Amino acid sequence: MDYALMQRVFPFFLEAAWITILLSVLTAILGLICAMLGTAARLSRFRVLRFLGAAYVSVFRGTPALIQLFILYFGGPQIGIQLDAFEAGVIGLGVNVGAYMTETMRGAIISVDKGQGEAARTLGMSNWQAMRNVILPQAMRLMIRPLGVNLNTLIKSTALVAAISVVELTYTAQRYIGSTYKPFEMFLIAGLLYMIIIYVVGLAVTWADRKARLN
Amino acid sequence: MGLDFSVIPKYLDIVLLGALWTIGITVGAALVSFFGGILLAVIALYAPAIVRWPFRIFSFLFLGTPLLLQLFLIYFGLVQIGIDVPAFVAGVIGLGLHFAVYNSELFQTSILAVDKGQIEAARTLGMSRMQALRKVVVPQAVRDVIPPIGNNMIALLKDSALVSVIGVSELTLSAQRAIGSTYRPFEFYVLVAAIYYIINLGMEAVLRRVERRIQASK
Amino acid sequence: MSAQKPFIDIRHAKKSFGTLEVLKDINLQVNRGQIVAIIGPSGSGKSTLLRAINDLDPLTGGEIWLEDKQINMDLPHRQYERHINEVRQEIGMVFQHFNLFPHLKVRENVTLAPKMLKGLSDAEANALAEEQLTKVGMIERIDYYPSQLSGGQKQRVAIARALAMKPKVMLFDEATSALDPELVEEVNLVMKQLAEEHMTMIIVTHEMGFAESVCDRVLFMDQGVVVEEGPPEVIFRNPKSERTQNFLRKHLAGQKA
Repeated sequence: MDYALMQRVFPFFLEAAWITILLSVLTAILGLICAMLGTAARLSRFRVLRFLGAAYVSVFRGTPALIQLFILYFGGPQIGIQLDAFEAGVIGLGVNVGAYMTETMRGAIISVDKGQGEAARTLGMSNWQAMRNVILPQAMRLMIRPLGVNLNTLIKSTALVAAISVVELTYTAQRYIGSTYKPFEMFLIAGLLYMIIIYVVGLAVTWADRKARLN
Repeated sequence: MGLDFSVIPKYLDIVLLGALWTIGITVGAALVSFFGGILLAVIALYAPAIVRWPFRIFSFLFLGTPLLLQLFLIYFGLVQIGIDVPAFVAGVIGLGLHFAVYNSELFQTSILAVDKGQIEAARTLGMSRMQALRKVVVPQAVRDVIPPIGNNMIALLKDSALVSVIGVSELTLSAQRAIGSTYRPFEFYVLVAAIYYIINLGMEAVLRRVERRIQASK
Repeated sequence: MSAQKPFIDIRHAKKSFGTLEVLKDINLQVNRGQIVAIIGPSGSGKSTLLRAINDLDPLTGGEIWLEDKQINMDLPHRQYERHINEVRQEIGMVFQHFNLFPHLKVRENVTLAPKMLKGLSDAEANALAEEQLTKVGMIERIDYYPSQLSGGQKQRVAIARALAMKPKVMLFDEATSALDPELVEEVNLVMKQLAEEHMTMIIVTHEMGFAESVCDRVLFMDQGVVVEEGPPEVIFRNPKSERTQNFLRKHLAGQKA
């Protein structure tokens, strides 16, 4: 194990780690927005919206994220979309993870006891008032842990943007493996940094979950 | 530049050949991940501590890092040790190992969830621990956990696109070859997405049938 | 007693789930201040009928009227929503499984709807909540969460929550069926008190003793029809129909007098 080498290249990996973190944050935000729209669509009373929501989830969960990225980044110019690799990465991954998060949110909402909605409607609340005041608050509590799992997967999937040459952790690892011929060492540095990021995010999720439960 | 799907038919045979390779790689890696997963689970639960710990660490590393990074490790790592394998073998091993670890987590939970009475019954009949495991516990545990394992297989299919990055000639790479000649990435990547989607639907149908068979036999 | 216009008027109520007919032409009129009990075996349609009154489970045929308003009107979606939400404010419902809002304290469970739908200020709503909770005997727990209450306490809070909307009629869907026996009495007492205040009540119940002591009228339902109805002394002591007799015999066999 070449420790000297690892110490030398570490700063470059650290820089790349920040890109990975930035990618993760932006993608997560976009993903949550897409998920809220997707969930609203899937639970809408309009059949067209329900179909569109289901189609969104089916297509984006049913095809590889890498291909979705390629379509957006390489194929985009053909339909008038010119994005740089970082932008394509955020948008592509964001819309992709949004499909998974849609199912997570929807699952939480439908698992709230049916009687809750009934009681609210019986008091005279409209569907939306019942949703906002009774069902969603309870669904939020149930959503946090599974969304945390989605987040976990998301952080690891940011590695895909290495394939479109965004200089994040995995790209950096590949680059240095190519120049140093030391795959184990490079894997360890990148791997450790990924795990630290995931661990810290995990702590935040646990904290949010506990806070939601205490209420 | 616009779209022109008429370029597709000329390259359809290359793409379909790539699809066959993708199916082959998926099946191969799925088998590795299935049996590897059971093996890893048994080691994680029952092996002596000196063997268990390295495996635990290895599992931890593979669960917490991206697949693409792992593929680089395995492909270049094997070359470094002097084992020169074709890219697709590295791909199958990498994919298989990655999902073997995920499957092993599922198998471990499932094995522990098998009713204690089962082991007791087997032991009182005179079976050794290994025999009880092999003949009574593991078969039940595996049957109980098929749905999430099946979902992992479907995820494997989609992740198989990543092996194109280490140069394996499968569906994604075949699209890139066609794009190299026609300069029409949108058309070919959409085509390839559709093919993945169809294979995906096929796998889901198979999984559902398997699940139904298992339900019926209970 | 002069011929009053019925307060609740159920005309030719029918309900089918696919080919299964759960309600087969029910006609029922309830006058203001009447306490009506509906008894019968499971599957008789009694809960379905009750839940049709506030359109929770809409009828497939027939009409339900509250005073001079038809409840189950066939309207375009947005108008229907506005109509039904208004009507439901006048009909209070108490569920078998309470359905209290677990993320809100007792106080907020009771004040939520009045504040949101009737525009009460915080002060007004709190005063209202305190009044209703005192009435059901739960004022001490006003700042507790539902999870900290027993079944009987939860149900009493549920009753207060419904009463806070000042409904004209209260529907009880097997309000005590999910309670441990020791906790039933406290809920019965609250319901008795409401009856004494001349609240119009329709009670689906298995508690024959309670029904007899509180109600003016009893309906026996079986397989989607009203088999027999009358005052409790007749239904419980001297039922005319054999089906009623069979049901009561089976049902009272395991109960104290």
